[in-house]
Amino acid sequence: MPKVNVKRKSTAIDMTAMSDVTVLLLTFFMLTSTFIEPEPVQISAPSSVSEIKIPEANVLDILVEKNGRIFMGIDGPAIRVAMLRDMAEEYGYEFTDQELANFQASDYFGVPISQMKALLDMPFDKQTEVMVNQGTGIPIDTTSNASNEFKSWVKAARKANRDVRIAIKAAYDTPYSEIHKIMTSLQDIRENRYNLITTLKSVSGDF
Amino acid sequence: MAEVQQKDSGGKKKGKQKKMNIRVDFTPMVDMNMLLLTFFMLCTTMSKPQTMEISMPSNDKTLTEQERDKVAASRAITLILGSENRVYYYTGEPNYEDWTSLQETNYDDDGLRAMLLYRNQEVVSKIRELKKEKIDTKMSDEVYNERATEIKDAKSAPIVIIKATEDATYRNLVDALDEMHICSINKYAIVDLTEGDEWLVENYEKKGELTENIDRDNM
Repeated sequence: MPKVNVKRKSTAIDMTAMSDVTVLLLTFFMLTSTFIEPEPVQISAPSSVSEIKIPEANVLDILVEKNGRIFMGIDGPAIRVAMLRDMAEEYGYEFTDQELANFQASDYFGVPISQMKALLDMPFDKQTEVMVNQGTGIPIDTTSNASNEFKSWVKAARKANRDVRIAIKAAYDTPYSEIHKIMTSLQDIRENRYNLITTLKSVSGDF
Repeated sequence: MAEVQQKDSGGKKKGKQKKMNIRVDFTPMVDMNMLLLTFFMLCTTMSKPQTMEISMPSNDKTLTEQERDKVAASRAITLILGSENRVYYYTGEPNYEDWTSLQETNYDDDGLRAMLLYRNQEVVSKIRELKKEKIDTKMSDEVYNERATEIKDAKSAPIVIIKATEDATYRNLVDALDEMHICSINKYAIVDLTEGDEWLVENYEKKGELTENIDRDNM
């Protein structure tokens, strides 16, 4: 009997083309993505059905922890320096160039202005840690204007960048009393439009 | 492709040099690339969080308290966000004599949403029709938005006043704002809680005991 000669075919696929494509895509994503500065504190925002996206630039982030501690973040080193200069003038502090450079390097801040100098004099890599672990956040006292540094910061941000948009990111279990303080403070300085950062929730049914 | 062909120049003399085929296996490379690609893709999409826009009334001192609070009583629904995810609501003017005028509900689909959809059914049904029409006639988004705003601004649409107590959480507030969005309510406001409202809630919790006490005092 004649043997049936089954030809063995190699199953190896040429991966070169595939590799070309992936490298191309990879380059594209690497170039287009901008890394977000990690937030100093972990905040879990409540979910909402709203599908509006936050704009990428010109955003003043207001982070609110559940105990009401406030941190702020804004992109643009020049804007941050301008804000700190404004604050220094208003509250009567002097910052050295080194301190300004330190301030400009980190995206988020959240200490009373009286402690700002001491914090900025610390080694740079320790600042965030100290701010988060020992800091009290930005003071917000709605009963007296003098100690409401929150208002002054927002005003300074508006002055430094006219197009800035305010985005509040608060933990879902923050008591309303803390949110109320922020809302009234913003109302006082006529910042009536702002964004609340939420995570997406799908809604059942057709509305 | 990924093979280097060796030229067989001068190899003839010695005769038996094999034609070499240097093939590089690209599979691990592709694996790694895919992994990195997934990472970058996820990073870019995750970095844009959702947001909800809100505009508050200005608390300009020139506007008097009454002017700001003037809302047609027949259209007003007042929500009071209480502790432990409870919501109370009353319609129109607060009725201090009848404790049952305040009603309790929750943030579930069949609670607050059902109530608001019911109150706003005229607008909701019109919006639904409009949505259908949009799909059928391929209406542009601009026209749709314009007509939707027109419908939502109807004179009969309810106006919701949201009052949060100190014990309410931020999530409660966002949930309440969400319901406004879902139920097509265009006019709502976040307003400070008044003493009267606090009293109403307390009266409700005690099932009208406070009203009875007032009656007795008056007698």
